[in-house]
Amino acid sequence: MRRYVAGRLLLMIPTLVGVAILTFVIMRAVPGDIVALKYAGSPVPQSVIDEERHQLGLDKPMWAQFTDWMGEIAHFDLGTSLWTGHPVVDEILVRLPLSLELAIIATLLAITIAVPLGVLAAVRQDTWTDYAIRLFSIGGLAMPSFWIGLLMVLATITLFGWAPPLVFTAITDDPIANLSQMVLPALSVGYRYSAVSMRMTRSTVLEVLREDYVRTARAKGVRESVVVLRHALRNALLPVVTVISLEFAFLIGGLVVTEQVFNLNGIGKLLVDAVAHRDYTLIQALVLLLASVFVLINFVVDMVYVVLDPRIRYS
Amino acid sequence: MFNRQIAAFGVALALLLAACTPAPKGTASSPSGAAGEQPQPGGTLTFIVNAEPPSFDGHRETTFALLHPIAPHYSTLYKFDPNDLTTVIPDVAAAMPEISADKLTYTIKLRTDVKFHDGTKMTSDDIVATYNKIIFPPTGVLSPRAGAYAAVDANGITATSPDAVTFKLKYPSASFATNLASPWNFIYSAAKLKADIHWYEKNIMGTGPFTYVSNTKGQDWVGKKFPDYFGKDKNGVQLPYLDGYKALIITDASAEVNAIRSKQAAIEFRGFTPQQRDTLSGALGSALAIQEAPWICVNYVVPNTKKPPFDDVRVRQALTLAIDRYAGSTSLQKITIVKDVGGLMRPKGPFAQTDADLQKIAGFGTDGAANKAKAKQLLADAGQSNLTFKFLNRNITTPYEPVALFVLDQWKQIGINATHDVKETSAYQADLRAGNFEVALDFNCDFLDEPDLQLAKFWSASGLGKGLNFAYYDDAALDKMIDGQSRETDPAKRKALVADIEKYAMDTKAYQYPVLWWYRIIPYLNTVRGWRIGSNHYTNQDLETVWLGK
Repeated sequence: MRRYVAGRLLLMIPTLVGVAILTFVIMRAVPGDIVALKYAGSPVPQSVIDEERHQLGLDKPMWAQFTDWMGEIAHFDLGTSLWTGHPVVDEILVRLPLSLELAIIATLLAITIAVPLGVLAAVRQDTWTDYAIRLFSIGGLAMPSFWIGLLMVLATITLFGWAPPLVFTAITDDPIANLSQMVLPALSVGYRYSAVSMRMTRSTVLEVLREDYVRTARAKGVRESVVVLRHALRNALLPVVTVISLEFAFLIGGLVVTEQVFNLNGIGKLLVDAVAHRDYTLIQALVLLLASVFVLINFVVDMVYVVLDPRIRYS
Repeated sequence: MFNRQIAAFGVALALLLAACTPAPKGTASSPSGAAGEQPQPGGTLTFIVNAEPPSFDGHRETTFALLHPIAPHYSTLYKFDPNDLTTVIPDVAAAMPEISADKLTYTIKLRTDVKFHDGTKMTSDDIVATYNKIIFPPTGVLSPRAGAYAAVDANGITATSPDAVTFKLKYPSASFATNLASPWNFIYSAAKLKADIHWYEKNIMGTGPFTYVSNTKGQDWVGKKFPDYFGKDKNGVQLPYLDGYKALIITDASAEVNAIRSKQAAIEFRGFTPQQRDTLSGALGSALAIQEAPWICVNYVVPNTKKPPFDDVRVRQALTLAIDRYAGSTSLQKITIVKDVGGLMRPKGPFAQTDADLQKIAGFGTDGAANKAKAKQLLADAGQSNLTFKFLNRNITTPYEPVALFVLDQWKQIGINATHDVKETSAYQADLRAGNFEVALDFNCDFLDEPDLQLAKFWSASGLGKGLNFAYYDDAALDKMIDGQSRETDPAKRKALVADIEKYAMDTKAYQYPVLWWYRIIPYLNTVRGWRIGSNHYTNQDLETVWLGK
């Protein structure tokens, strides 16, 4: 097991290096650069543009830019943002707490909604309860979370003259202000992602409920609640855990439009701004960060499998 | 074919929606509030900025996203009068400059009561250091507007006493005095610049009405009243009136509207679309005030003269003749931020031609049908009756997309098959700068009605227009005309010279030409007083005279 874990951890390194190379090459293949963009529409002479390109190192050959960056990464230095001139780490650290908190709240919300309703829909298959839950989940799948969010904001403004605060307050500073800002985005995102997990829970529970060992448990006179929760649900959870985990990883950097709608100063918005600005160092750092999150979460999920299913052993 | 259908459908749908839009209900308020109302000190103004400033150095950057949150920390030598934004008044200068008879020496007396936020006194050394950085930047220091001061002699900026500076020019310059009121020319501390010429790129320390409090990246910028600020109002009351301000960085248009609608922000100083104005007006009613003004921003149609058939002046003339700008104005002003028909100078601005004179220029006549017939004939003469090309545009909805759709439709009416080549801004800029396009929609925004600024894109592409002139022509005759107007200090003669340039550049040579000039719309909570809209979104942003009413 230890050897497996060590192997998995070591495998992360080439994965992340591969991501780094791909990101570097793809971004430079995209037309446009930060300096031309910065001075768009302004009567700025070419000499100024050339000088700024030189200062930012954009006039160096691609291989030289890549080795410079790799050298910085090797020293755990993510570099400075080409747009603001501030350290990339600072730019990310300002946004990370909000994105993490939103991802956690939305995921908890999704689990709270998805697992019980998914199980209920499976247990009461083809009844009105099942139909209602399926309708609810299809609604979540059909409507993008940013659109639900937009409707929520419009509804609260129209009905109560209230909209979520526009400035992030840490939960440790003022929990009420923090939750006021988070509640609507978490609901809109959480609902959307609960729909995916709900359908997954329903179908896997349905599958497990037809297994021989469930029939055996029922034949032995075990209470239905124990059959469902202990025997069926636990065995049905593996794919659900996978889906929820990958969603969590996605939520950290993928809520671009939702962050725009609620004006949340998160990682997704930062990434989109960085791409729009062609801020290479910031894009590279963010993609590496998000790739690391995905790789780590995948690793954690694999470890969770062992806990959920004692038959699984890594060696 | 499909693109054209979409374009035509888009324009038709937009016009239909515009026709169905109710008239705004907000009030066009007096910028100073009700008559006789006395400014009330106190309070914090929360406003929106819809982009993030790159560095903090006003000398280096060109975006309004720097000016709106950062200008309140700084003073300039001169500025535009908040009550009459066409007039220059002293800021840290004690009076208007004394100009020598040969118009080559400008002597400026300074106020003696100006302090930096760290308590040090501002002197002429600070002015000299500031302007040397702007006009003669040392190696490694970027100063995109240095060219605007090309008339200043090297070593021509001197401190003649602690409270006086002198600028010596190589030749008389018509725009020099007004350029001293540039909103970008923040007065910096000579001591700070001497210690580190790049210090102001990441730090704030000025003489303006507000001191720096904090900046959370991507979220907000906060300033508070500077108690030792030198400014006082006409009644001798200490300025600024506000205790502080908070600039919220909100990049999404619907979030901006929601911020004002929910009264979490009071104003956004750049501008909203007619639809956004109407949404806010319908929701807030009398709690909303609206100010509107012509804007020194314009979209140009730019044919790439290096690419056939756009090297043929007849083809370029046909493109401008086909555009019925007056019809476009009527339709487009309902759905986007354009309105007035004008030449290279802002319509009704100090250098604009009369309507009668403008209408003599190709493409600016009021008989759209006759213009189109002439355009068709020109295309036929050039052997381009079935002209097909891509029209490069950026993926910004307001106003680029509706303006481009309108132009495409106009060209279609004379048989031109142009497709809308919409690109993300960075890719669009890359194509413009590489000359990798046939015809493009370019744009220009300035802080001042000043031919030297508005004509900057018209210099020869391999000369002073390098990186600015995307029509890529070289024309020594036009360069001479632009230079001539710049040196002419008699306003009437200068205006006539500018009119000649308009005729030559837009008609005789048809190098590049405006579609419609932009129109600025600012809906805001009516608690904001003491702020007046101007014809640009760069000046009048120090918030010195802004106050909050009830």
